[in-house]
Amino acid sequence: MAVSSGAAPAEPVHVATTVAPQPFARWLPFEWIVAIRFLREGRVQTAFIIGGVALGVAVIVFMSALITGLQSSLIQRVLTGIPHIQLTPRKDIVRALRDTAAGMREGAVMQAPLQRLKGIDQWQSVVAQVGAMPEVVVASPAVAGSAVVIRGDVSRVIGLTGMIPDLYYRVVALPDKIVKGVSRLDGTDIMIGTELAADLGIGVGDKLNVTGTGGATTTLTVTGIFDLGNKYVNQRSTFVALRTAQTLVALPGGVTSIDITVHDVYAADVIAQRIMSSADVQADSWITTNAQFFTAITAQTISMNAIRFFVGLSVAFGIASVLVVSVVQKSREIGILRAMGISRGQVLRVFLLQGVVLGLGGALAGSLLGFVGLTAWMQLTRAADGSSLFTLELSAGLFAWTLGLATLTGLVAAVVPALRAARLDPVVAING
Amino acid sequence: MAETTANGTPVVELRNMRKSYDVGRPNETEVLHGIDLVLHRGDFCAVMGPSGSGKSTLLNLIGLLDHPTSGSIAISGQETTTLDDAALTRLRGHSIGFVFQYHHLLTAFTALENVMMPMLGDQEFANAAMTERAAALIDTVGLTPWRDRLVGQLSGGQEQRVAVARALAMKPALLLADEPTGNLDTTSADAVFTLLRKVNAEEGTTVLFVTHNPLLAARCDRTIDVVDGRTVSRA
Repeated sequence: MAVSSGAAPAEPVHVATTVAPQPFARWLPFEWIVAIRFLREGRVQTAFIIGGVALGVAVIVFMSALITGLQSSLIQRVLTGIPHIQLTPRKDIVRALRDTAAGMREGAVMQAPLQRLKGIDQWQSVVAQVGAMPEVVVASPAVAGSAVVIRGDVSRVIGLTGMIPDLYYRVVALPDKIVKGVSRLDGTDIMIGTELAADLGIGVGDKLNVTGTGGATTTLTVTGIFDLGNKYVNQRSTFVALRTAQTLVALPGGVTSIDITVHDVYAADVIAQRIMSSADVQADSWITTNAQFFTAITAQTISMNAIRFFVGLSVAFGIASVLVVSVVQKSREIGILRAMGISRGQVLRVFLLQGVVLGLGGALAGSLLGFVGLTAWMQLTRAADGSSLFTLELSAGLFAWTLGLATLTGLVAAVVPALRAARLDPVVAING
Repeated sequence: MAETTANGTPVVELRNMRKSYDVGRPNETEVLHGIDLVLHRGDFCAVMGPSGSGKSTLLNLIGLLDHPTSGSIAISGQETTTLDDAALTRLRGHSIGFVFQYHHLLTAFTALENVMMPMLGDQEFANAAMTERAAALIDTVGLTPWRDRLVGQLSGGQEQRVAVARALAMKPALLLADEPTGNLDTTSADAVFTLLRKVNAEEGTTVLFVTHNPLLAARCDRTIDVVDGRTVSRA
C-alpha cells in the first residue's frame, strides 16, 4: 500500500500487480454503462417511472387488442354472409329527350324505369378479368331471384341464389353454417334455412316444389339445412346450383351478380372503383353497402388512436420530467465528466439512452401486464354457452409495435433533458 | 524545479491572459488582468490568495473549462484559444487531471470504477489494461481494500484519494488541484498532499495546487499569489 490515512507514503507509485475484478463489461460502450448505473442508482425513481410507463403501455396493449379483436369479430360476422364486392348489371336509366334546336325537354316529368331482371353482359370475361386481379381471391358468378316453394298446402316466397359451390363457398363459408345434411348442390338439390325448414316441416332428403319467377317449376331435394344466424335470412334464403337458378328465373346462361372476395377487406372500396372503371358493371363494396357500420368502425379506430396518443404523450412527459430532475441532480457529476474529457455527445447519449431504457423497460413490463389483463379478460367474459365473446388480437406484431413505439417515445422524451445535460457549462455544473 | 517537456516546451504557458465576466454589458468585470505564467514539467506550484481573488478562475482557464477574454493559453505547446469544444475536450482528457475541493466522484460507481471512468470514456483502452491501471492507481493511493466499494461508503479523505487516482488515470502532464485538502482533517489533508508530491516526484507530473493553507504552500517548490486578479510570484 502506498498511502494510508494519517501516514506519509513510503512505497513508490509504480504499478501494482493486483488483478482486479472486471467491473465493466467493456463491450458495453461508456454511454450504456453510465446510463444504466445512473438509473440503477436512483432505483426508486426509476421503478416509479417504469411503473408509470408500464401502466400506459398496458392500457395501449389492452385497448388495442380489445378493440382490434372486437372490430375483427364484427367485420368477420358481417362479412361471413356477404361478398366483399358484388358486381351487378348497371341499372337502367331514363334519358330525357331534348329538342336540340330549342334546348328544351319534351317531357317535364320522367318516370323511373322498371329494373328488369337482367344478366351481366359478357359475364364470363368479367369473371376472368376480375379473377386475374392480384387483390382478388375469388370471383363467383351467381343468379339471384325470387321463387315460391310449395309443400302440401303451405307455400313460401323465397330468395333463390344459384351458384357454383366450389367458387361461392370461398365467398360465403356456407358449409360452416350447415346444421343438418351436407353442402352438396347438384342440379336437383337445394339448401334451405332452419326457419324455412321448420315452417314447411321438412328435413334433409325431403322434396320441394319450387316455382321461379320465370314460370318454370321443378322439384328439388333438400340436401342441407343451414343457420346463418339471422331468423329472417334463415326464413327466406335458399341456395341451388347455378343452372337450376338460371332455369327458374328464366335467365339461361346468364348471371345477375358476381360475388368477389379480396385479400384486404379495407381496400374493397378502391378495388370496386377500379373494377367499375374497366368493366361495364356496377361494383358495390361491403364498405358502401354497410356504410353506417363502417363509419362506426372508423370512429372506433379514431377513438382508439386518440387514446393511444394521449397515453403516449403522458408517458413521454413522465419520462422527460424524471430525466430533467436527473440532469439537475447529476449536474456536478456531468461537470466532472466533462472535465475528465467526456464529450458533449457522450453526455447527450447517456441521457438519451436512459430515455430508451425507461421506455423499453416500461414497455416490456407493460406488455406483460397487458397480456395478463387480456388473458384474465378472456377468462372472465364469456358468452352464455361458455364460448369467447370474440377473439382478442394478441399478435406478436402488436407487442413489437408497442415496444418500438414506447422505446421511441422514451428516446424522444429524453431529447430535451439530454440536450440540457450536454450543454451544461462544466464550470457552472461543478460549482453547482 | 524547472524542467521542460521532452522537447523543451512548457507544460503551461499563459500570455497576457485576461478574463472578464458580463462582457459588453454595463456591469462587465475583469477578474484576471493580463496573467503571464509558465509551468514546466515537474513543477509543483502552489496558488494562494484571498477568496474572490481569481484563483479558481485561473485554474478553470488553465484547465480549459473556461475561455479567456483575451490572451493565450498553451498546454504542452498546443495553443488552445483557437480550438473548438471537441478539440478542447480531447486535450483536456489527455493532458489535464482535476482534483476539486469536493471530490465530485460518481456515486453510482465503486472506487475502482471511478478511476476507470476517464479511460472508459476515451475508448482507447482495452478492458484488461484499463482495469490494471485503475487497480494500480487505487493501490498507489492506498485504497485497495476499499476499491470495490461504492464511493459513498468511503470517508472524505478516502474519497479525495480516489479523486486523485482518477485525475491520474490518463497520465496527464498537468494536475490541477483546487483546494483538494480544504474539506479534510489535518491527517487526511497531509496524506493527500503527500500523495500529490509523490506523483509529482515520480511521474514528473506538473501540479498546480490552490490552497489557503500556508503550511502546505510552504512545502511546494513555488508559490504564486493571486491578488486582485494579478499574479505575484515568490520563491
